[in-house]
Amino acid sequence: MDGTVRQIYRAIISMMNMPRFKEKLYKWIFTILAFASLFFLVGIVLVLIKEGLPIFQKVSFSEFIFGRYWYPTYNPAEFGILPLILASIWVTFGAVMVCLPLGVGSALYLNELAGPRQKAVLKPIIELLASIPSVVFGFFGMVVLTPFLQEIFHLPTGLTALNASIILGIMATPTVCSIAEDALNYVPNAFREASFAVGATRWQTLIKVVIPAAGSGISTAVILGMSRAVGETMTVLMVAGGAAVIPHTFLEPVRPMTAAIAAEMGEAPIGGGHYHALFAIALVLFVITFLFNIVAELISRRFRIKLGLSG
Amino acid sequence: MDNKIKMQAKNVDFFYGKTQALKKVSLDVYSHKVTAMIGPSGCGKSTFIRLFNRMNELVPHTTLCGEIFLDDLEINNPLVDAVDIRRRVGMVFQKPNPFPKSIFENISYGLKVNGIKNKAFIEHKVEDSLKKAVIWDEVKNRLNDSALKLSGGQQQRLCIARCLAVETEVILFDEPCASLDPISTAKIEELILELKKEYSIVIVTHNMQQAARVSDCTGFFLLGELVEFGKTQDIFTAPKDKRTEAYITGRFG
Repeated sequence: MDGTVRQIYRAIISMMNMPRFKEKLYKWIFTILAFASLFFLVGIVLVLIKEGLPIFQKVSFSEFIFGRYWYPTYNPAEFGILPLILASIWVTFGAVMVCLPLGVGSALYLNELAGPRQKAVLKPIIELLASIPSVVFGFFGMVVLTPFLQEIFHLPTGLTALNASIILGIMATPTVCSIAEDALNYVPNAFREASFAVGATRWQTLIKVVIPAAGSGISTAVILGMSRAVGETMTVLMVAGGAAVIPHTFLEPVRPMTAAIAAEMGEAPIGGGHYHALFAIALVLFVITFLFNIVAELISRRFRIKLGLSG
Repeated sequence: MDNKIKMQAKNVDFFYGKTQALKKVSLDVYSHKVTAMIGPSGCGKSTFIRLFNRMNELVPHTTLCGEIFLDDLEINNPLVDAVDIRRRVGMVFQKPNPFPKSIFENISYGLKVNGIKNKAFIEHKVEDSLKKAVIWDEVKNRLNDSALKLSGGQQQRLCIARCLAVETEVILFDEPCASLDPISTAKIEELILELKKEYSIVIVTHNMQQAARVSDCTGFFLLGELVEFGKTQDIFTAPKDKRTEAYITGRFG
């Protein structure tokens, strides 16, 4: 009798504890999921460091970064990635020249000039541009832009830094447009009204009040667009031309860091100098995008404080 | 009232989409007087005041019928530029809305967009406007600080100074004290009484005591209609309409 009572008692207790146990279980599952990305990030960085650092036993850090010759398969091999870094910088800079006017311009149009109906159609279309796979952009660059550039500039090849810049710029446009448009949206209407009320025109209001107020938000948009451009691989692999030499004009073929890694990783013998050098390039790339993201975050924080949106 | 009419609304109807917000409103604003508009929330008084500087144009899907005159000029005439009207009819908003710029730039902005480039003149004008808005002593040592660092009451006086700098003829106050404490409110009211010597003033207010304190004429709005308009003294002591009486004695609103 006593045993049965105890059993029932235990059953009741365990039933009472069930929900709490479930709650704990859920909490743990989601905690693990949330920390998984941190785990992956740390894991990837550790692998990059572990596989990348051994290259510095072969060449010094400054020889690696500032070396002018990238001949990883020659004997003796040369591991200077300056041409690759410069190629990435050129192509990214060129992409900004394209996505800044396109992205910010379309954001201004959407936010300030387009009617609600136009905006409802246009914004999703611009954002749809982001959903086109990068290989399709690359394909477009190869088939449409390449012969076009070749013809108007009389080039031996249309696969150049300019080609990559244009395509990357178009690819980064939706990112820039979307974030810049949000930034413009955050500018309180009261600022616009105040400006109109002292007799400013629409244009003056836009240039002197709205854009400065959204300025850091727009810079954030551009930096994120840049970080997208600098990390983009497939497109530059297809249209940048692939020559690992220091570029002198936008009309020369170049080999950005991402393209070098993608093209060469398959052929580099595991554990060799070339292999480690590619990992080190990836590390450099990671540091660059990481810095871009930090700068973007800092600027957008300052922007929110400036408009009094939140601390 | 034998004063000169500065602004005049004649048979004004106004619609947001298909909703009628104002019904056949006619009202005169006299030169160098304070005209107050009172009434419960949603009665159309704010909508009405925003017609005097064509501010409602910025709201999509609105329709205006009737005429509004500034002196002899019908301001909604297609040949008239809204920008020119707003240079003559300034506005102070319900919530202080300084630009996220320095105190100096907040005032000089209106001059610059109006094409004034002379630096000395701008500096003089900034000081002059801040003095007129009785905020000069509080900000003279920190003209380059962000205007957003000022208190709410100071911000509102800054917004008034911004309006004064462009030398408008009329100033519209859209519930200027709605978000201010009593001391700041008293300062703004004092300022309004001072400003009416040089400007014609229209003020929308929720606060009936405020209307009684500062205005010369008062209009009472209800459900988009101007129920009664006359000398403030008459409206508050001997209203002709029953609804006005009910409102000012606090029976609704």
